[in-house]
Amino acid sequence: MQGRNRFPAGLVLESHKQFPLDLPIVELPAPPCVVLALDQGSGREAEPVVANGDRVAFGSTVARPGAAGSAALHATISGRVVAIETREAATPSGHSTCIVIESDGEDRRDPALRTHPDYPSLDPDQLVVALRAAGIVGLGGAAFPTATKLEAARARGARKLVLNGAECEPWICCDDALLREQAADVLLGAHVLMQALAADSCVVAIEDDKPHAIEAMRASVAAAGATGITVQVLPAIYPQGAERQLVTAVTGDEVPSRGWPAEVGVTCQNVATAAAIARWVLTGEPCLTRVVTVTGSGVARPCNVRARIGTPLAALVEAAGGYRDTPLQLIAGGNMTGRALPSDGIGLAKAMNCVLVATRADLEPRISAFERPCIRCGDCATVCPAGLLPQQLHRAARADDESGLRGLGIWDCIDCGLCDYVCPSQIPLAYRFRSAQSVLREREAAARKATAARERHERRGRRLEQAALAEQHAFDAARRRALGNDTAARPDAPDGTS
Amino acid sequence: MSAAAIVVACLVAALFALTIGAGLGWAAARTRDRTDELVARIDALLPQTQCGQCLYPGCRPYATAIARGEADIDRCPPGGEATIRAIALLLDRAPRPVDPSYGVTKEAVVAWIDEDRCIGCARCLPPCPVDAIVGAPRFMHTVIRDQCTGCELCIPACPVDCIELRPLAASSPTPLLGSA
Repeated sequence: MQGRNRFPAGLVLESHKQFPLDLPIVELPAPPCVVLALDQGSGREAEPVVANGDRVAFGSTVARPGAAGSAALHATISGRVVAIETREAATPSGHSTCIVIESDGEDRRDPALRTHPDYPSLDPDQLVVALRAAGIVGLGGAAFPTATKLEAARARGARKLVLNGAECEPWICCDDALLREQAADVLLGAHVLMQALAADSCVVAIEDDKPHAIEAMRASVAAAGATGITVQVLPAIYPQGAERQLVTAVTGDEVPSRGWPAEVGVTCQNVATAAAIARWVLTGEPCLTRVVTVTGSGVARPCNVRARIGTPLAALVEAAGGYRDTPLQLIAGGNMTGRALPSDGIGLAKAMNCVLVATRADLEPRISAFERPCIRCGDCATVCPAGLLPQQLHRAARADDESGLRGLGIWDCIDCGLCDYVCPSQIPLAYRFRSAQSVLREREAAARKATAARERHERRGRRLEQAALAEQHAFDAARRRALGNDTAARPDAPDGTS
Repeated sequence: MSAAAIVVACLVAALFALTIGAGLGWAAARTRDRTDELVARIDALLPQTQCGQCLYPGCRPYATAIARGEADIDRCPPGGEATIRAIALLLDRAPRPVDPSYGVTKEAVVAWIDEDRCIGCARCLPPCPVDAIVGAPRFMHTVIRDQCTGCELCIPACPVDCIELRPLAASSPTPLLGSA
C-alpha cells in the first residue's frame, strides 16, 4: 500500500519549484533591525517579558507563552528593544503586537544558551518543557506550539510520528531544499521527537516530485542505521501535505471531524520543525531562524533563504535579487493557502514557509474581477480533498444556514482553495467558507459566554437568597435572646406574653 | 356470598380504578403546563447581559414574561435584531425592530475601572448581576473582563464616575509595555 493516495480527490497542480532549487540555501546575515510579532502565525499572542529600552542578546527570551496556542519568542539579534507596539503582521487580523529590536552590531550570544547532547537522558516530560521554552513551533505554516501538540499526542497515546515533507503547494520548496542539504538534522530531530512521544515508529512522508530529497533522506537513515524510521514516497497531489490528508495517505485512517490526528494514533510534525529541534540540540539555539522560499515571477532570482525570524521581508526580497516586472501582491505562503501581506516591512514569522512575490499571471485562475452565479457543474465536489460538497456549502453560507453548514461539514474544510481554483464561475468559495467558520466560531464563543453569565447570575441569586435568610435567622435569634434577657432581668415578671 | 362474586367485584373495581387512572394521566400529560420549558428556550436565546433594560430584573424574568404573554419580544437592545428574529422564529411571530424606548443596540462593551480614580467604596459590587467586579471596601476594584456582560449597571453606582465602558474588541487585555 506504500504511497497510495487514499484521501478523496485532490488535484495535480503545475509545479513552480525548479528555480529556487537550482541554488543552495542562502544564509542571510543578521539584519540591522528585527520585528518580532508576538503572534507568529498561530493566531494567539505571546506575553512580552522585556520592556522598551532593554538590552537583549542573540537567543534571549523576549516573550513567554501566553494564551493557548502562543509560543515563546527569542531575540534573533543582540541589541536594544526600541519599541513594543501594534504593527502590521502576517496574521488573520493583519496586525499583531510586535517587539522591535535594533542591532548593536555585536551579535552577542546569550550566555545561558547551551547545547543539549544529553537529550537521550531526558524523560518525555522534561523534553516537552524544554521544547516549549525553546519556542519550537510547527514550521510548516501553522506555527502551532510543538510542545502542546506533543502533550496532546501523548495524552491520547499516539505512538507513531509522521514527519511531513510532502510540501504540496506549487511554489514552496523550502522543505525540499532543507531535506537535500540537512537530512541528517531532520533525522536527529526525528529521534528527539520520537523520544518525547515514546513513539515506536516514524515515517518521513515525501512527495515523489522530490527525488533528491527522498534520496538524501534515505541515505541519511541508512548511514545512521536508524531503526523504526522509514521514508514513504507519496504521489505529488495537492493537498498531500495537509495534516488530515497526509495522515489518511500514510495510515489509511481518517482523522475524526474537529479531532486530532492523535485520535488515530499518529502525530504529525513538519520536517523543518524536526530540523529546528536538531539545531536546538546541536547549537543550543531556540527557534531563531528558518528556511523560507522567496519566489514568484516578481523577483529576479528565486531562492531559498535561511533568515532570522523578524528579518524584514524587504531584506529577503533583496537576497532574491530584488523586485522584477510588476508584482501585484506580496503573499506569505503559497498561491493556494497564502495570506496577502500589506507591506514588505513586516518581519519574517515562524509560520512563513514562503514569500511569494506574485504577478497577476501567478495567481490565475484564482484572481478575478467577476464572480458569476454558480452553474452547478459540480467540479468543486470532484476535487475537494475533504469529500465535501462546496456548492451546497456555499448556498448554506450565503443563507447563513447554521445547521446546514454544520451538517455539510463546514468544520472539515481545510481551506486548501481547490474548489475556487477549479470553479468556472470564479466564486471565492474557500474565502466564503473561511468567513463562515469564523462567524460560527464567534457565535459559539458568544453562546459560551452567555451560558457562563447565566450561571453566574443564578449563583448570585441563590447566594443573595441565602444571605437574606441567614440575616433573618440572625435577627430572630437576637430577638429571642433579647426577650430571654428581659425575663431573666425581671424574675418577678409574668412569663412571655401571658 | 360465593367466592366467585368476590373475585368479580374486585376485578371490576380494579378495572374501574385503572380506567380512571389512565384517563387522569392522559389528561395531565395533555394539559401539562409547558411554560417552564418555553421560558428555558426563550432564555437560551437572550444575550444574558442581565442588564434590566427590558425593565425585568434579568434575562430569565423577561423570558418568563414573554412566555406568559405579558411582554412583547422587542425589549432587548443588547440582543438586537438577531435575538428578536430568533425568538420570533421560536414563537412563530412576526419579527420587529427593537423598541427604542427600552434602549438602542450598541456594540459589545465591557466595563473598565480607572484604578487611579477608584476610591474603594465597594458601591459598584452589589449592582453587578454576574459578580464580575472584584474588590472590597478601601481596596482597589477591578472588572473581570471575561465575565463582564457590559450591562452598565455599575456605572450609576460609582460616586466618582471612574467606571467607563470600552469596546470589547479594542480593550487590550495587557497594556503595551513602554510603547514608544
